[in-house]
Amino acid sequence: MTTTIKDRIALPPKDAQRTNMTCHFCIVGCGYHVYKWDANEEGGRAPGQNALGVDFTKQVPPMALIMTRAMTNTITDHAGRRWNIMIVPDKGCSVNSGLSSTRGGKMASYMYAHDGIGKERVKNPRIFRGDKWLDTSWENALAIYAGLTKKILDTDGPSGLLYDCFDHGGAGGGFENTWGTGKLMFSALQTPMVRIHNRPAYNSECHATRDMGVGELNNSYEDAQLSDCIIATGCNSYETQTNYFLNHWLPNLNGATVDKKKKWFPGETAAAAKIIIVDPRRSATVAICEQIAGKDNVLHLDIEPGSDTALFNTLLTYVVDQGWHDKDYIAKFTRGFEDAMKVNRMSLEDGSKATGIPVAKIRQAADWAYKTKASGHRPRTFHAYEKGIIWGNDNYVIQSSLVSLVLATQNVGRRGTGVCRMGGHQEGYTRPPYPGDKKIYIDQEVIQGRGLMYTIWGTNPFQTTLNAEEHRRVLSRRAQIVNQAMAATKGASVEQMVDVIYDACKNKGGMYVVGINLYPTTLAEEAHMLLPATHPGEMNLTSMNGERRLRLSEKFMDPPGSARPDCLIAADIANTLKAMYARDGKADMAKRFEGFDWKTEEDAFNDGFRRAGRPGVGPIDSQGGDTGYLATYDLLRKAGNNGVQLPIKRVEGDKLIGTEMNYTDGKFDTKDGKAEFKPAPWNGLPKIVADQKAKHRYWINNGRANEVWQTAYHDQYNSFVRDRYPSAFIEMNPDDARTLGVAAGDVVEVFNDFGSTYAMAYPQKAIKAGQTFMLFGYIRGVAGDVTSPWVDRNVVPYYKGTWASIKRVGSVDDWKQTISFKERRFG
Amino acid sequence: MEELKLSRRIFLKSSGSAAAVVGTAGAVLVPTGAHAASPTGGTSTNLNYPKRGVGKAGGMPVNQAVSFSYPDPSSPCVALRMGSAVPGGVGPNKDIVAYSTLCTHMGCPVQYEAGTKVFKCGCHFSMFDAENGGQMVCGQATEDLPRVLLDYDARTDTVSAVGVDGLIYGRQANLL
Repeated sequence: MTTTIKDRIALPPKDAQRTNMTCHFCIVGCGYHVYKWDANEEGGRAPGQNALGVDFTKQVPPMALIMTRAMTNTITDHAGRRWNIMIVPDKGCSVNSGLSSTRGGKMASYMYAHDGIGKERVKNPRIFRGDKWLDTSWENALAIYAGLTKKILDTDGPSGLLYDCFDHGGAGGGFENTWGTGKLMFSALQTPMVRIHNRPAYNSECHATRDMGVGELNNSYEDAQLSDCIIATGCNSYETQTNYFLNHWLPNLNGATVDKKKKWFPGETAAAAKIIIVDPRRSATVAICEQIAGKDNVLHLDIEPGSDTALFNTLLTYVVDQGWHDKDYIAKFTRGFEDAMKVNRMSLEDGSKATGIPVAKIRQAADWAYKTKASGHRPRTFHAYEKGIIWGNDNYVIQSSLVSLVLATQNVGRRGTGVCRMGGHQEGYTRPPYPGDKKIYIDQEVIQGRGLMYTIWGTNPFQTTLNAEEHRRVLSRRAQIVNQAMAATKGASVEQMVDVIYDACKNKGGMYVVGINLYPTTLAEEAHMLLPATHPGEMNLTSMNGERRLRLSEKFMDPPGSARPDCLIAADIANTLKAMYARDGKADMAKRFEGFDWKTEEDAFNDGFRRAGRPGVGPIDSQGGDTGYLATYDLLRKAGNNGVQLPIKRVEGDKLIGTEMNYTDGKFDTKDGKAEFKPAPWNGLPKIVADQKAKHRYWINNGRANEVWQTAYHDQYNSFVRDRYPSAFIEMNPDDARTLGVAAGDVVEVFNDFGSTYAMAYPQKAIKAGQTFMLFGYIRGVAGDVTSPWVDRNVVPYYKGTWASIKRVGSVDDWKQTISFKERRFG
Repeated sequence: MEELKLSRRIFLKSSGSAAAVVGTAGAVLVPTGAHAASPTGGTSTNLNYPKRGVGKAGGMPVNQAVSFSYPDPSSPCVALRMGSAVPGGVGPNKDIVAYSTLCTHMGCPVQYEAGTKVFKCGCHFSMFDAENGGQMVCGQATEDLPRVLLDYDARTDTVSAVGVDGLIYGRQANLL
């Protein structure tokens, strides 16, 4: 087997097929090339003999390329023909310039091969028959799915149909799939009972900034090369937006872009950027920034957990008191400044007390970020933020506070500035409007016994929700009720089985659970049906990255078995329901399920993303804006890995012309075009969280690690990741560990009033006493088990607001022998 | 207190219910024990590596990188006598290991830091644990640091390089 050979790889021959692929994983969306060629052929080492054009007859010098074994695989198509593939980063892509991260670099390994890492993919629909999983046909699975859906719709209405659905780009998402699922849920089924992949309602992570007229992705990655100062709050960009950090922040921090700044901004003082990192934890990013920029140019504001609002309010107050705010800009392009100041005003002393940051440091941060430059120009400061704020102490209030500070200093709509979320996965939102006018806390609906059927689509609430233990316990019990009812049937037809399931759900408190996914995942422990989906490469898929860069990832291989793109699964469900209603003679209901006659994912793209701006069509919500109709697969193929930045302005010849930065004209996304300041009162911790803090000693900060993508749906099968992190790790202060009798690699129980979970202890000297950091969303050791059910006004969780007790449980011999517990922070 | 040994299965508690799920899907939720093997465990190569002397075990300084090249002059490597037994270590104390010093990510030379016994790459900040088979501690590589396979001849106290486990950066195959 080629996969066991570790010291050589096959090169693509000169005539290998080459297609474009945007990385499946993080928001950054690095560009890659996929090479595919007959598995019985191999390119030569001479530069003229391989498709990479590289001379492998001698040692290739450092930094010349990235080409590793993880970037190769051997796949088999449906006709039985074997192909070698190699997926390597594209040097011509402006996002990554040839860099790959440890996540994207493994893409080829994660493409399906029957003997490869992806071998556990769901290949055909599966149904659970009381005691075991059986493969079945799409026809049978859809008959049950649509039959039960129809019965619920006809008897109980759409509120009996619950969905937990992705709403993103990248693997499993994309404009095609988000549209397909959205059209099914919102305009066909018309159910409001929907939550999103990482939170318990149908809501945004960025309500406040949008309400203020400032979309959360408003600059280009290039702007981070041009800033005078970067303020990074609650984002650990080396680990979670790697090549944005390495390819765009790093050259600004080490001074490599000073000449570029002088060219772009003549007459302005230009120097290497300074960086202010707001994070209670000394992250890998803090340590690496110190290496790049020198400690004198890095200011780490290690605030008290949950005190971000106090920090931004204090900075705003200080800036205004110094007269560093932009009065003309505020007057001309914004409203609500005075009203916000009445609420947000906070003295340096009060701010210092709330955040735990000395007054001098707050003052220094303000000097770096907002004080007029020697040349007399206002500094260009880029404000980056992610889950530290989004999953922070009142998402809406923190964003209100931050964006008010940004507006007052005109750090949006100017090159080198921006106030942007850093993002997790890529984006790809195009859906009909949500059929409801309030946020519904779906997890609580499940817990309280409501809903009859739950479709969990490209998501995994068992690993990635809050109050996860109670949610899992209840859902498991409700799923079991259905299992028992199904197990009691003998020789039931589809129609009879639907009746049995419906009765168990309606009259006995059961819930029928369907998973639509690449892998069985932990979902299989509770689900009754699994439908196999595809990811990019097995389908054509468009997504946009954190600078709104739209690209087409091209299909180059067959999916495993009969797996289908999510948009076409949605269409199959709709078309099955349409036929059922037509048979019943219910023309009005059949009509609701029209418009899904798609043969390919491109049909879904044309129906959804390209609907925007077309005359005569109803409103849709789309990240493509009103000019989505300009994009075609053909033009996107030509645009390659650089794609086009949304919104598209126009088409010139066969070239799409996009938008590098939003709000350069001072017109914001509000009715009157003025950006709106928002009052952001500093209220301390929510009571339910403060109560846990008073009762339990350790702050259970939680988040992502560089090496793991999301729920580890691929990574759990890859020894490179699994052997490193067989369980969620928890970074602990070494003295705390000693006090608890915990050594590196021990198993600890983390528990509070909401639940308990387990983790692998990883003592790190960078962690403060009383604080920890646990890997979030992992396959084993679910951090959300101990997160409180508290949510903000828009039902956004406070995952970071978790306090718990810790006790040692024992040890696993393997872990101590095979896992490195060295310092994860460079330097 | 008696030491409590845990199996990996305890972690099912944190991701699923007590309800047992059997069949194809259930079986994949717990990785098999096979991967528990040492990271420096079995390997398979098909190249005809030369055998080349690295030095005398007794003469090797403790925790100091000894530079050599293998399997040819353009492939820089270091040998290390760690001071205590490590996985994959050879020599009288099973503490001698050797690695390619080209980062597996983009080939920048990694530096050995004696204080932490970690190899560090200054280009994109990958780190590899010298005491644990070159396992990546954190970083952007997709492979651990290639480990030079060593042979120890007790009669002559000689350590020799006999192969490389893992693809050396910038090569189609480890032998040019």
